Amino acid sequence: MTADVTAALDEAFRAEWGKVIATLIGMTGDWDLAEECAQDAFTQALRSWPRDGVPRRPGAWLTTVARNRALDRLRRHASEAAKLQQAVILSPPDDPAGGAVDTHITDDRLRLIFTCCHPALPLEARVALTLRTLAGLTTAEIARAFLTAEPTMAKRLVRAKQKIRNAAIPYRVPPAHLLPERTSGVLAVLYLLFNEGYAATAGSRLVRHDLCAEAIRLARVLAGLMPDEPEARALLALMLFHHSRRTSRVNAAGDVVTLENQDRSLWDHEEIGEGVSLLAAAVRREQRGPYLLQAAIAQCHATAATAEDTDWGLIADLYGVLAQMVPSPVVELNRAVAVGMADGPEAGLKLADALAASGKLTGYYLLPATRADLLRRLGRSAEAAVSYREALDLAVNDAERRYLARRLAEAEGTAPQQSRA
Amino acid sequence: MTHRRAAYFNELDASGVRLLGDRLRPGSDATTVRVRDADVLLADGPFAETKEQIAGFDIIECADLDQAIEVASKHPVATFGAIEVRPFWEE
Repeated sequence: MTADVTAALDEAFRAEWGKVIATLIGMTGDWDLAEECAQDAFTQALRSWPRDGVPRRPGAWLTTVARNRALDRLRRHASEAAKLQQAVILSPPDDPAGGAVDTHITDDRLRLIFTCCHPALPLEARVALTLRTLAGLTTAEIARAFLTAEPTMAKRLVRAKQKIRNAAIPYRVPPAHLLPERTSGVLAVLYLLFNEGYAATAGSRLVRHDLCAEAIRLARVLAGLMPDEPEARALLALMLFHHSRRTSRVNAAGDVVTLENQDRSLWDHEEIGEGVSLLAAAVRREQRGPYLLQAAIAQCHATAATAEDTDWGLIADLYGVLAQMVPSPVVELNRAVAVGMADGPEAGLKLADALAASGKLTGYYLLPATRADLLRRLGRSAEAAVSYREALDLAVNDAERRYLARRLAEAEGTAPQQSRA
Repeated sequence: MTHRRAAYFNELDASGVRLLGDRLRPGSDATTVRVRDADVLLADGPFAETKEQIAGFDIIECADLDQAIEVASKHPVATFGAIEVRPFWEE
């Protein structure tokens, strides 16, 4: 097979898998059948494209092949009246020969996204189903990404599809009165996917790039399908700002490099540029949602030429607005960090202490880690050491644990790099 | 239906003791609806607490789960208790 055809197949798979699945589910209402037929269509492409050349419109070609396959299967198993009816619906009346050109293939991916992210499904099933049906990841790949055994992941997917069928979760874009909350549910799933890739909660690698790339791809699809939804665009911008720093966050030894110490020339300025223009377009709309605020904060960091140029005052203000919109102790903690930078560690520590007293973040390692940092900057080394140790006991990611251990050693004055020169 | 079950129900129905009955789908197909501060909160699966009491039931016919959730969320008990939406076996 020539490199051209291989590339075309890869490209078609990435771009068309979700569309083919979404269209087939729309036509048949059968998720398993849709998956099998999409698989068949790509297998067919693998055989015939090298021989006959890449079709002019690969997506239409694949959808037609998949639909014809579905039609065959339904006809073959048309023992029940309902299935026969489906087969009739599937037959295109204007195209009895089932020709390879179909001019009116609708993009059903929005329906698919909303159905996969329906709040009646368990959260981990929403994530898995989105990756399987929209992104085309295999069950094995999804299992690996979430450090789960493949049979467990397979069972999760089967259960989710069963629930969609048995509980009659509708295959549609929700009506207007449900749309805002369901949209934020979809955005939450995509952001969770990104974060899982960006800061792996367990294991030895800090970043799993594949999941980040998939999340960005899906967010891009969503932003394209919902052009009037500024939060979709803002989420994409937010992901791009974070992703632009992927190579500078961890050094060659796999250790965490904090924002102020990162080599900014390594940042992906193309992604930052795209994020800036996406955000500018989203800001033009009236409403300011939580993703827009988070993207605006991320933009402050991404566009600062040096760490010292960071507009911490603006960041602190944005966190203040965000905290009012979505009250969350994690947002409060971030505000404490920003205030600590804008108004000095004393002011930041006051906020962090109040948060610690509230007990809302008990067990979250970033609370003691933040307090430790502020205490260190105030020169209160002994107290900082206590907090670093507390954070170290709570952190689970290896790279983050090594970072905390380093800081702890510094605070205790035993760090090897602090030689007695 | 198994032979034993069929015999059991035939006898019950013949005696006039059984008024109503049907088979529910498993808990994994259930959705629990709560309304708190006017927000409709959904949880996948049945009541989390086995100690919770089932206080009553309604049989509703809906086009899809979203409609059933809407019906459940308007139940007065949804604002302080929980309504479990569970489909029947069909076919």
